[in-house]
Amino acid sequence: MTLSIGIALLLAIAMVVSAIMATRGRRSLGISILAAGLASLLASVMFLLLGAPDVAMTEAAIGSGLTTFLFFFVLGRVRRGEHD
Amino acid sequence: MIKRFTLILLLAGLGAIFAGLMLDYVPDSELNRTADYYAKNTAADLGAANIVTAIIVTYRGLDTLGEVTVLFLTAAIVGLVLARDRHDQSQPDRELPPTGELLATGTRLLLPLILLFGAYVFSHGHLTPGGGFQGGAILASGMLLMLLSHPLRRFGHRTIAIVESIAGLAFVFIGVLGIALAGGFLDNRILPTGTLGELFSAGAIPVIYSFVGLKVGAEFSSMLLNLSETEEL
Repeated sequence: MTLSIGIALLLAIAMVVSAIMATRGRRSLGISILAAGLASLLASVMFLLLGAPDVAMTEAAIGSGLTTFLFFFVLGRVRRGEHD
Repeated sequence: MIKRFTLILLLAGLGAIFAGLMLDYVPDSELNRTADYYAKNTAADLGAANIVTAIIVTYRGLDTLGEVTVLFLTAAIVGLVLARDRHDQSQPDRELPPTGELLATGTRLLLPLILLFGAYVFSHGHLTPGGGFQGGAILASGMLLMLLSHPLRRFGHRTIAIVESIAGLAFVFIGVLGIALAGGFLDNRILPTGTLGELFSAGAIPVIYSFVGLKVGAEFSSMLLNLSETEEL
């Protein structure tokens, strides 16, 4: 019990850190997008720990998979538009 | 200054509310009545090993139909708003930058695996975690990978629309069949429930969830396709 609470706490801290990286990161947009995807991925691990594997799969597929892909796709479109 | 003060006050208030909720929280020692019914009777009634799927597809099947309808409306509205500015991309007016070797080769290797995994997830929804929505999202992310690596090669709007319409019609048709042959709308016992834990068990649940998966995948794909074809960005 104590071990799983420790893991959950570590996950929560990592989620907050990656969320801050996603919103406040100044280095590059790519890193911010990856950090947002990482926050989603950690959230899905958290759902798994809380005993909701179905929700965890939805979060992993949509939150961290599809959304991250979509952001990169749009970022590519915007960059391509800049060169015109 | 006053802005920052308000922000701190707001955060403190939110923190106090959440702390109050946390301190009062006592975990339930037993399931409530509805959950107890589902836990005891799902396997015997419907033959589904995954209780969550049994609730989503059969006990609360009408809600799932509503969710799919909402998703359909969203896809239709995205199509309506973005289609105005669509232009024919089979003859691009400027040279597209070449796709990287890594992305092209990786897509060739990964795309069949992703599509296969998506189909696995939605066809095994009654046995393992996951189901139509998750499987559909995985299918759509495979589609997006293809759009990224080959911007010009794609499934046409027509194919996607046909898949989506057939899947939606089949979903409703199976539901109506439930009224005629079994206990009510979207009852899964129009097919034999079979042995618990086998692929062909749980009556119509795998069939319904496969159609939901195809529909969700087609809807997400059509949204992505519309987004990639619009010129207004």
